[in-house]
Amino acid sequence: MTAVAHALRTLARDWRSGEIGVLAAALVVAVGALTAISFFTDRVGKGVSLQAAEVLAADLRLRSADEPDRALLDAATDRGLATARTVGFPSVVLRDDDSTLAAIRAVSEAYPLRGELRVADALLERGRPIDGVPPPGEAWADAGLLARLEADVGDSLEVGAITLRVTRVLEYRPDQAAGFAAMAPTLLMNIDDIPASELVVEGSRVTWSYLFAGDADDIDAFADWLEPRLGDGERLQDIGEAGQQITGAIDRAQRFLTLASLVTVLLAAVAVAMAARRHSVRHIDSVALMKCLGASQGFVLRVVLVQLVVIGVVAAAVGSALGWLAQLGIASVLANLVGADLPQPGGGPVLMGLVTALAVLAGFALPPMLQLRRVAPVRVLQRNLPPPRVGALVSGLCASAVVIGMLAWVVRDPLLLAVLTGGVAAVIVALALAGWALVRVTARLRGRSGVAWRYGLANIGRRGGESVAQVVAFGLGVMVLLLLTVVRNDLLDAWRASLPEDAPNNFIINIQPEEVDSVRALFERNDIAVPEFSPLIRGRVTALNGTSVRELDLDDPDARQFLDREANLSYTRTLPPSNRLTDGSWWSGESVAGGEAELSLERDFAAALGLSIGDRMRFSVAGESFSGRITSLREVAWDSFDPNFFVLIQPGEIEAYPTTWITSVYVPRETRGALLELVREHPSVSVIDLEALIAQVRDIMDRASLAVQFVFAFTLLAGIVVLLAAVQATRDERRYESALLRTFGARRSVVLNGVIAEFVTLGLLAGLLAAAGAVAVGQVLAVQIFGLDYLPDWRVLAGGPIVGALIVGLAGTLATRSVVTTPPVRTLRA
Amino acid sequence: MSEDKAVLRAEGLGKTVDSPEGALTILDDVSLAIGAAETVAVLGASGAGKSTLLALLAGLDEPTRGSVWLDGRELTALDEDGRAALRAARVGFMFQSFHLLPSLTALENVMLPLELAATGDARARARAALEEVGLGRRTGHYPRQLSGGEKQRVAIARAFVTSPAVLFADEPTGNLDTRTGERVIETLFEMNRDRATTLVLVTHDEQLAARCGRRLELDAGRLVTDRSHA
Ligand SMILES: Nc1ncnc2c1ncn2[C@@H]1O[C@H](COP(=O)(O)OP(=O)(O)OP(=O)(O)O)[C@@H](O)[C@H]1O
Ligand SMILES: [Mg+2]
Repeated sequence: MTAVAHALRTLARDWRSGEIGVLAAALVVAVGALTAISFFTDRVGKGVSLQAAEVLAADLRLRSADEPDRALLDAATDRGLATARTVGFPSVVLRDDDSTLAAIRAVSEAYPLRGELRVADALLERGRPIDGVPPPGEAWADAGLLARLEADVGDSLEVGAITLRVTRVLEYRPDQAAGFAAMAPTLLMNIDDIPASELVVEGSRVTWSYLFAGDADDIDAFADWLEPRLGDGERLQDIGEAGQQITGAIDRAQRFLTLASLVTVLLAAVAVAMAARRHSVRHIDSVALMKCLGASQGFVLRVVLVQLVVIGVVAAAVGSALGWLAQLGIASVLANLVGADLPQPGGGPVLMGLVTALAVLAGFALPPMLQLRRVAPVRVLQRNLPPPRVGALVSGLCASAVVIGMLAWVVRDPLLLAVLTGGVAAVIVALALAGWALVRVTARLRGRSGVAWRYGLANIGRRGGESVAQVVAFGLGVMVLLLLTVVRNDLLDAWRASLPEDAPNNFIINIQPEEVDSVRALFERNDIAVPEFSPLIRGRVTALNGTSVRELDLDDPDARQFLDREANLSYTRTLPPSNRLTDGSWWSGESVAGGEAELSLERDFAAALGLSIGDRMRFSVAGESFSGRITSLREVAWDSFDPNFFVLIQPGEIEAYPTTWITSVYVPRETRGALLELVREHPSVSVIDLEALIAQVRDIMDRASLAVQFVFAFTLLAGIVVLLAAVQATRDERRYESALLRTFGARRSVVLNGVIAEFVTLGLLAGLLAAAGAVAVGQVLAVQIFGLDYLPDWRVLAGGPIVGALIVGLAGTLATRSVVTTPPVRTLRA
Repeated sequence: MSEDKAVLRAEGLGKTVDSPEGALTILDDVSLAIGAAETVAVLGASGAGKSTLLALLAGLDEPTRGSVWLDGRELTALDEDGRAALRAARVGFMFQSFHLLPSLTALENVMLPLELAATGDARARARAALEEVGLGRRTGHYPRQLSGGEKQRVAIARAFVTSPAVLFADEPTGNLDTRTGERVIETLFEMNRDRATTLVLVTHDEQLAARCGRRLELDAGRLVTDRSHA
């Protein structure tokens, strides 16, 4: 009991000495970074499960590329279930000379079966729930669509072959892409208008859904009945499954962000170790005295443990509060990407914060503090005895164990964990070496500078270890921020600049075979370079090497998704220009009737499915079975914006299947009117504006990286805490030195200038390291991922050192000021 | 002095340490026995081994050779925690530079040994001890708010509050001016009279040595004089 009392009593008063404050601040930053992310993802996750039923707008949903058998609806009605039909597809909507791509949703009377539609009577008015759907001849458009067409309620829009009057502003529909706002704006119309619109024809890229709702038992029974009757390409979704896909995506995002925030935790841990070391050095004499007065080793141990636990608990609480606040920021940045109303987060992240805080303490603070147990009581008489040595091996092992443990908890895959651990170690070693070299070089420069600078630079050189730690910690924080801001934009700009001037800027899909010639003629008429047209055949993969895909167990979620959906297949005689053969050989001639066609697969796609040359694939196309053998693998330059396909088929027999055509074309701004003409003449053809698409993708990336920057703001904070810890560690030394200097007649300003010189230089070095690191990473990304030449941006090279010098100079000087300005008498007398 | 009445006894005590120039013997074959309520001065030149002897007698350090008995228990047979427990119960300390815990108030500093020995009533007894040394009104002050003499009186209160059998003091007046030093000495001898506490004082001060009943002199780690006054 007295150990606890003593621990609490001294802890409260040690607070003033500073190390405990730094230690706690480091933990707060670490916990804040981690909990911000888990609070946020917790909210999104909860939102998803709450919405799961809404996401389907039903309890059970049957999805298919072709309209399912209507008899299924009658069967459901007979079982007392409610039913509705919807069909969705992208299409161009026109108003006078304006046009835009919209997600069309045509729905039947009873839609939605779960959740409700919200509409407003005019733009900017408050939305209200509504029963029913737009009657034939009318449509409800969302505000985004109206804005793009500069339209308002009451205006008429051309949709395919018909004209619909907008009667309401659509604010919300339950199945709007599962909580994540769909990219294209939405138009809701009545399904009875679809035939007249001529938008849905054989081979169109549409998604039919039949919705069912009712008692859970009835739904289960119906689903069991329906399952064996499903045709090819028909898929049943229930509430659990709808949530699963999104939860998977959230889980991946959470792991990525958590991993990113471990950088912060690592830096914070360094500060914790520095503060703990100083704390224990300062307490050696006190502990010796306590032992002299009869304290046992156990007592000392209990005091240390109690103090660490108290610090951990308090820091976890404060850090969680900070994380909760930061999470609000992330949510507001991502408000448009994530469904509007997120539920409040649960308490789980707080527990995780506590575990993190205690783990960091155990790995980084405990080893030096435990040494206190071994302090010899005889120190009370022999002050010059060396302090007990902190076993470098023990503390290194403890720290590594905690770091690897935390990585393992996030990563979970042993191979990836090994790679990451190696990567983290390599980065730390590289940064430390670079930092060490910088510090050494700088220390040499001091002969050529004035008194203040010489004093400052001498300090950097003398406190080599701490200087390197500060340079690296701070450099890492600045580097990540540079990467996320300047380098990211540079790379995107460089990539866009690398695209040829006349790279295709529109995709044209859903061209019927009989329309190809007139589309071609239309391009010629308008002086548009006529592109290649590629055939597109919709089919499903049914078996790989004779094994049904239903029985296949695939790790890769993308591969799984590909197999579950209708795939885009194409055929060609020659290897398309944006493709390069990496393995096997290209076919010559045609496939023989009754035999197997040759197949060519995109390299990464084949790898994801675990396929290689010689493997067999079976497809179901328009209800018939079609099989082939892989004879080549290709690498595809997707950013050519040519139509490209994962699976290419040797021509011969495949041409006989229902085909639509697809192309991509460069349309100069002046001739954009040709596209309107195209859509008017061929209502079922869809035009996808690539520039708008790229702009949207960029907007999403901007927001996402802003959110990630929140995470790395914590990294910068952690860098500052490391700086404070280092200043703390040298406080007594600095106080004594400055007192001596001033006793010998140095003016206060000289001493202060020396301090400023020291920290500005440290900041410059950190910034230099950051800029170099950011440029190096940018270079690697440019070459490896974008295949670009990337010239380092002068803003990075100059910005890093300036930002570093400013922040470190300011923070360091502020933290040291009081030490330097204490009157020398007080220091020397104490 | 018969050996079984001795409160403190050493036999063949020696300490050898490693130094850059090889093994260094800093205490060599010291044997002595000190009875209850005796007052003993330990004298010798700087580096003669006085502090070393004190540390071994109090069980703060382990000897290389020989044994120590304190209050009937063989110190040298106990482990570190055992010696700590014995100190908590039977030994008091005073040092040249006071050695108060800076983060504790005067009262809390005095309470500390009572709490370590798990004695009840720590607060009241510590308060009484501070009153006895004339600091009853300064109980809530931190060490940095006290003068040198006041700090040393807090140290005395802390040393006696557990009613130890033996009080060890290493140059208790070394850092004090003569008058303050005299008052501290006065208090020490009062405690010795009132509670029959054995005093073992390391000192360079001949006057203080003269007030003690017995005089031990060390030279280069050897006990060269052991003389009792009348
Ligand atoms: N752990 C140790 N390692 C090495 N040398 C030691 C150690 N402890 C003591 N000494 C040396 O042993 C000698 C005796 O030390 P001790 O502190 O006992 O002397 P002292 O008589 O108390 O001197 P002073 O009057 O200066 O306090 C000194 O030379 C000291 O440097
Ligand atoms: Mg001494």
